[in-house]
Amino acid sequence: MTDSATRGLKPKHQRLVLLSLALVALIGAGLLAAWALRNQASYFYLPSEIVAHAPGPDQGVRLGGMVEMGSIKEQPDGTTIHFVVEDGTAKVPVSFTGIVPALFVEGSGVVADGRMGADGVFVAEELLAKHDENYVPKELEGMSQEQVRRQVEATLE
Amino acid sequence: MIPEIGLAALWLSAALAALQLIGGLLGAGEKSHPLAALVRPAALLQAGLCGLAFLCLLYSFIVTDLSVLLVANNSHSMKPMVFKIAGAWSNHEGSMLMWVTIMAVAGGAIALIERRLPERTMLATLGAQAFVGLGFYAFLLISSNPFERLNPAPPEGSGLNPLLQDVAAAYHPTTLYVGYVGLSVAFSFAVGALLTRNVTPDFARVMRPWVLGAWIFLTIGITAGSYWAYYELGWGGWWFWDPVENASLMPWLAATALLHSASVLAARDALRTWTIMLGVVAFSMSMVGTFLVRSGILTSVHAFAVDPERGSFILALLAINIGGALALFATRAGTVAEGERFSPMSREGALVVNNVMLSAILGIVLLGTLYPLLTEAFGVKVSVGPPYFDPVSAIFFFPMMAVLVIGPLLRWRKDSFARVKWPVLIAAALGLAVLIGTAVLTDIAVLALLGLGLSIAVAVSSFMPLRGRSLRRLPLAVWGMCIGHFGLAVALFGMSADSAFQQERLIASDIGDVVDIGPWQVRLDAVKPAAGPNWVAMEAEMQVAYEGGKWRDARPQDRHFWAPPQETSEVALITRWNGQLYVAMGNQVQDGRWQLRLWWKPFVTWIWYGGLLIALGGVLALVGRVVSDLRRRSAAGKLAERREEQEARA
Repeated sequence: MTDSATRGLKPKHQRLVLLSLALVALIGAGLLAAWALRNQASYFYLPSEIVAHAPGPDQGVRLGGMVEMGSIKEQPDGTTIHFVVEDGTAKVPVSFTGIVPALFVEGSGVVADGRMGADGVFVAEELLAKHDENYVPKELEGMSQEQVRRQVEATLE
Repeated sequence: MIPEIGLAALWLSAALAALQLIGGLLGAGEKSHPLAALVRPAALLQAGLCGLAFLCLLYSFIVTDLSVLLVANNSHSMKPMVFKIAGAWSNHEGSMLMWVTIMAVAGGAIALIERRLPERTMLATLGAQAFVGLGFYAFLLISSNPFERLNPAPPEGSGLNPLLQDVAAAYHPTTLYVGYVGLSVAFSFAVGALLTRNVTPDFARVMRPWVLGAWIFLTIGITAGSYWAYYELGWGGWWFWDPVENASLMPWLAATALLHSASVLAARDALRTWTIMLGVVAFSMSMVGTFLVRSGILTSVHAFAVDPERGSFILALLAINIGGALALFATRAGTVAEGERFSPMSREGALVVNNVMLSAILGIVLLGTLYPLLTEAFGVKVSVGPPYFDPVSAIFFFPMMAVLVIGPLLRWRKDSFARVKWPVLIAAALGLAVLIGTAVLTDIAVLALLGLGLSIAVAVSSFMPLRGRSLRRLPLAVWGMCIGHFGLAVALFGMSADSAFQQERLIASDIGDVVDIGPWQVRLDAVKPAAGPNWVAMEAEMQVAYEGGKWRDARPQDRHFWAPPQETSEVALITRWNGQLYVAMGNQVQDGRWQLRLWWKPFVTWIWYGGLLIALGGVLALVGRVVSDLRRRSAAGKLAERREEQEARA
């Protein structure tokens, strides 16, 4: 008993149609994802890298480095702070409006999520900070770029 | 002594799993093999012994036996009892023991209950369950022994991560794990059906309640986890696309697709190989999630053990299980006969759309989660967040919701749009009206706008399948479907309303200041120190009022734990039916003012009510299926009796 809608379509053909439909959708999803990931993933920068190749102001990035000693300045509104992130070779001024994490202190590693402003000030939307219990401020003198990078990446752990 | 009993029970259950594997495989080849009779008892005994091992670990945590390394590392005698118990699984070894225990209990349950499939298929299924289980036993016994002793015992334990010291720690991991590991049953059924070339509607009917059970737990676990992150982190968000959250979402997406394709296979004998494939994929996603979370390659509060050896071990297990199942699938899928045909305009057609869209979303979440790991292999560090996940998954989620408006109204096999025209048009018109009305009156983002419109359309259409039917005689499973889909609409409404209409303020407040946030007024009266059993805090004493009404207390805290030292923000939540006021406390500014972060989040609670409704739909469907199975079984029994009587009379 076949009817008009399914007549002429053998089970094998239906399977093929379904399979190709699923493949097209999945490959489409994959391509779309790949394209979106290239554009939307936020890259990790050290201060020297962000100074050398500044990303556009509409590109979300992560800036990681050490908070320069004596650089944290509270602003009069009570909720904004300015500070400087450095990696031994370059310094980037950062502005953050929000509640800073407890472990955010001068001389410690920080990762700031945000955008590079056209005026050269990095506007952070979120700060990630962490240090161990036996915390000592890190002096950047004599540290190689690679050591700084490792130091900062430890902040994310 | 108790930990040694636990360890012995664990070794014994591993040995029983080996017996179950060998017996299952031999029995699947030749049903009358002598070892085949031992498979079901072995599965049952294994479940009992593994449960015993888990109880032994629980006991060690309850009495804070500090001579056990795991207890010393993760517990503290001063901790409240509920956290001592939850501490047993809030660590790597304990959670892996919970994993194998659930796996063994699930295997024992199918061995005890399930007799509807041909015995050869059941033996192969139990063998597959034992095979996967053995890998995890090896992992536990070789590289993560939870019962390891510590000599000499320390005078005090080092405590539990304060973020995990929450009642949610008792139920969030347990429900998620039951869901994760429950999907192993679907995996084993799929492998068993492939091994014995027995992919039938019966297979789908037998597998469905197990998948449904695991899926209910996953749904509750994800919902609870989302709410927990919402109030614990103090960031005002309820989903962060954190790799760990994605790890729980991916098995849920696969299991949701599996539930829907299994219903096609059970009712119409179509989508055979696809259902098998999803059975393999769902549990594979559970294992991928476990690997991501437990190996330490991702960093989060869930990454207990940063130990490369363990990471490679799980990776090897992953490769063996998933690779093996996919290889089996590749060699056997071609021999599975084609199922029944159906027209694109049919219930099956709509469910195919559901499956394709869910799989696409799954792929998108998987790629986004793995991408940072891939780039890191090339020395580039990136992070992937909402700017990727939100729009890209919406591209597939919204069309799926649109099809959900019409799908449940369609008949199996072949239907016409004309028959369901009116209910669909009514739902679509209401959705469009809300969409256009909101677009005209407010200025909100397009994703939230589409979400609002679609949530209304789906909410209206979700109960359309009830129309013209006797509500009292309607099968529970249909109620389950309606309530589940309605829950999805409620959750989508909450998400869209929250993202569209939430208001946020960050202020530095003097004592006595009154500030407005949305319809609320908020006043800071005082900031005082407070203390608990293992923490001290600064507590803000605040008064809040909704639209000039009665003043109510709100007391957010900035809490410091000392074992181990950590700081958490305890937010104050004031809940109304139409949303939540969310108050987080910040630091003191140099001039003495206090930072406060305030959110008015309209309808945000509907997200979690929706999640619970989805789970409730699952529960109703599960009860409905089980009851109708029991009825069918007793009817079949009576029929057989009558036939015997008649034969005896003749």
